[in-house]
Amino acid sequence: MPILEIENLQKSFDGQKVLRGISLSLEKGDVVTLIGPSGNGKTTLLRCINFLETPDGGSITVNGEKIFDAAKAARQSEAEIRKKRLHFGMVFQNFNLFPQYTALQNVALAKELLEKERAGKSLSAREIKAGAEKEARALLAQVGLSDKADYYPHQLSGGQQQRVAIARALALRPDILCFDEPTSALDPELTGEVLRVIKSLADGSTTMIIVTHEMAFARDVASKIVFIENGKIAEEGTPEKIFEHPDNRRVAEFIRG
Amino acid sequence: MSDFSQQFPVVFGALNEGFLQTLKLFAITLAGALPLGLVIYFGEVNSWAPFAALASRLSAAQKSAALAKFLESFCPIAALVKFIIWVVRGTPLMLQLLVIYYFPGLVWNNPIWGSGMEGRFLASAAAFVFNYACYFAEIYRGGIQSVPKGQQEAGQVLGMTKSQIFFKVTLLQMIKRILPPISNEIITLVKDTSLARVVALQEIIWMGEEFLKGSRGIAGAIWPLFFTGTYYLVFSGILTALLNRAERRLDFFKA
Repeated sequence: MPILEIENLQKSFDGQKVLRGISLSLEKGDVVTLIGPSGNGKTTLLRCINFLETPDGGSITVNGEKIFDAAKAARQSEAEIRKKRLHFGMVFQNFNLFPQYTALQNVALAKELLEKERAGKSLSAREIKAGAEKEARALLAQVGLSDKADYYPHQLSGGQQQRVAIARALALRPDILCFDEPTSALDPELTGEVLRVIKSLADGSTTMIIVTHEMAFARDVASKIVFIENGKIAEEGTPEKIFEHPDNRRVAEFIRG
Repeated sequence: MSDFSQQFPVVFGALNEGFLQTLKLFAITLAGALPLGLVIYFGEVNSWAPFAALASRLSAAQKSAALAKFLESFCPIAALVKFIIWVVRGTPLMLQLLVIYYFPGLVWNNPIWGSGMEGRFLASAAAFVFNYACYFAEIYRGGIQSVPKGQQEAGQVLGMTKSQIFFKVTLLQMIKRILPPISNEIITLVKDTSLARVVALQEIIWMGEEFLKGSRGIAGAIWPLFFTGTYYLVFSGILTALLNRAERRLDFFKA
């Protein structure tokens, strides 16, 4: 059973069709990179999956559970959407770290809030906080930032901020981790450290969808590459196929640059 | 009493009395207007559009497209609140004081504020709270809108509730952004309280002016009026120091 199945997803903004029927299927441990020209729907696709936008048509299924179906357009309650969101983690282009919290607090916050809600009164607030912080420390270590736990975002470089953001997205153990151009706001030197972290997650068989313009990275990290143009999938396949002998002329042009 | 050393204790006592009224009006205005401003802000951004269903029926029947478009996005609460803010910010506070104090008694024959100093104070406080709340609402709006959308989205994808996002993520960033303009309003309020003399509230300017006309055995003295300036200067100096300290305490992060 695929971990994620997207069927015929459609989305328009003010009558402008941004997604024109995207279908995509991921198995557990897959790393899919979405490539293609800017403004053609890659980011919108990620935002739809994360319930930041509501698709106009199509459906999204996670682990066999239909979490979104435009045909049954009943408005979902905030609580339902929150629960479904937890299948996904999201790393933004601009990091979006919370500036008033340290790296550690950024990573621990959501976990702590969620645990408090779930535990009710069986655990003290302090125990929950300590637990969340312990896990957050482990995650910071995983992205190579153990020594920066008590730094505020503005005291960190862009690359370090993005690594904190990755640790934060991992804190709730999502089934699928989404990256929206994670290195587009970084200079080449800082890009490398972020890409290495994402690569290590891929090697650890984290299921991921990555929107990127880093072609070498897209090829290196992906189990499948999807080329999106004009809100549609123009071609998809293994990195070898897409990079060596794509069927679509546009794909070849785009990759050659 | 023409000797300054004789006049001074009398004037000092009277000005202190007046300044107590000034301080009371200042404190009550802040205590009332800061939260009321938030309520007004929520009214201003209220998105209740009761005619949306009617609008979609109109456009389905392909009738009066312009009206349908208007009705679809017409939010009566927001419109009413915006109108009120326009009136309050668009007319002088002095005029509002006069209307609020005299209108009930003279037009409705129902002097709700009662007579005497207490009534004058209540009417002044009501006018000040409402007037300042409208300005605060606009400052809140600017502050909330200036927090990047990405902050809210980051909270959403982490499964946080709307209220968790507001209280744990946006609120402090908003406070940091609105503190300088709020400080400005607070310092302005210190001096605006003197407008209440227009409804004969015996605040410090009123008390100082009394010694020009003659009061407590002193007449024709201008210096008590000038001396009131010292009270304002000292008080706004203390407030400035406190507000600066609050701003520095939020310096630990950048937003």
